[in-house]
Amino acid sequence: MLDLALGAHRGGFHLQVECKLTSDWTVIFGPSGAGKTTLLRLLAGLDRPEQGRIALDDRLLADTASGLHLPPGRRQTSLVAQQTALFPHLTVAANVAYGLHSLNAASRSTRVAAMLELVGASALALRWPESISGGEAQRVALARALAPAPRLLLLDEPFSALDGVASDALLERLQRWLSENRVQTILATHDVTDALATSAEVLLLREGRLVALGPAAQVLAAERDRIAQRLGTP
Amino acid sequence: MDWQAFALSLRLATVTTLILLAIAVPLAAVLVLGRSRWLAALEALATLPMVLPPTVLGFFLLVLLGPRTAVGRGIATLLGHPLAFSFEGLVVGSVIYSLPFAVQPLVAGFASVDSSLVDAARLLGAGPLRLVSSILIPLARRSLLAAVVLSFLHTVGEFGVVLMLGGDIPGATRTLSIVLYNQVENFDYAAAGRTAAILLGMSVLALALIYSKTQSRASGGSRGSKRHA
Repeated sequence: MLDLALGAHRGGFHLQVECKLTSDWTVIFGPSGAGKTTLLRLLAGLDRPEQGRIALDDRLLADTASGLHLPPGRRQTSLVAQQTALFPHLTVAANVAYGLHSLNAASRSTRVAAMLELVGASALALRWPESISGGEAQRVALARALAPAPRLLLLDEPFSALDGVASDALLERLQRWLSENRVQTILATHDVTDALATSAEVLLLREGRLVALGPAAQVLAAERDRIAQRLGTP
Repeated sequence: MDWQAFALSLRLATVTTLILLAIAVPLAAVLVLGRSRWLAALEALATLPMVLPPTVLGFFLLVLLGPRTAVGRGIATLLGHPLAFSFEGLVVGSVIYSLPFAVQPLVAGFASVDSSLVDAARLLGAGPLRLVSSILIPLARRSLLAAVVLSFLHTVGEFGVVLMLGGDIPGATRTLSIVLYNQVENFDYAAAGRTAAILLGMSVLALALIYSKTQSRASGGSRGSKRHA
């Protein structure tokens, strides 16, 4: 369970969110500029909130009152963004192995192979990031994020470069794996079809404020009706 | 040709460059990755020797390291001799004087590394040391090369600080630049021409090295340190 109460200023933008996310799979839905990426960066520990606290399964990750701010690498949290950020000087396999520094070479290789297989990128292991496509890079970035066995996975519109069929298949396989490995996942998207594709809890974010939190069908009913109306209009 | 001065210049430049790298790499990383409000002041301090006249810096160091200050007396007690007019004194002066020439290329190089790569490494558990060694240095290796070459050449060609702080002691503080100055003062232009040609040749070679690496990058001929899992 992720328990958060956060306030953060970024230029003229103010984010204020307070909620408890209990579902294994939560979608943060909102238009561009709603604060989705800001929220994910705060959860990942890449940015510091001005005030508030974050707790993952009763373990405090950040608490401005006590000055606690666990660095990103100590939160058991992974983030995959639209920008894959693969290390260009490392092979695909070395990229996936980067977060497995504490494992011995044999365990590391086994883990890398398993993660690449999960995302359907085994054939890319010895390739360089510059020689693979955008969709392949997103799969590799996902494998790299999952390799250290995070407790919390943050996905910031990570499947934008995948075509629909590939994205659906990967999402299905990913959800099954995450569920088996008890990884709580938060997916940020501005695409309502992404949000409706899963039976997730949806957090509706608008202008830095939490507007609604609940089942997708309920929270996104208005969005679904709006799209249906648009599609029905000649 | 004064081979003793030539060897001394190379020795001074090598020692200075190694010390500068040990200081400049972490300093540049702190300047790029740090969040402290004092970073601007720290960067200004590290850049100060670039705009300070060498003779002024040499004079300050001569006074600071001389017997009139507690620092100078302390060092003299520790080493058994004063730092001024010694090879070690020249190293101290050269490190301070060439510091910006090592720090600035590294700051530019580290800052040019995509911040999303730094974020990714931090998320994957990289601490500051691993971040610098496995991400910043490999991706800014041409800046590292530039820092090495500039520090080395700047030290080889340094005159004002060397003359002020070291004087002209054969085998201890007489570098090629001092030799060139002496040759000109003695109207031995032929010898001065040879000494100047050596200094010029070293500079041209070093710049050719830097630009050849830059060219190979532009043409996509180098990915750098390839590491396999």
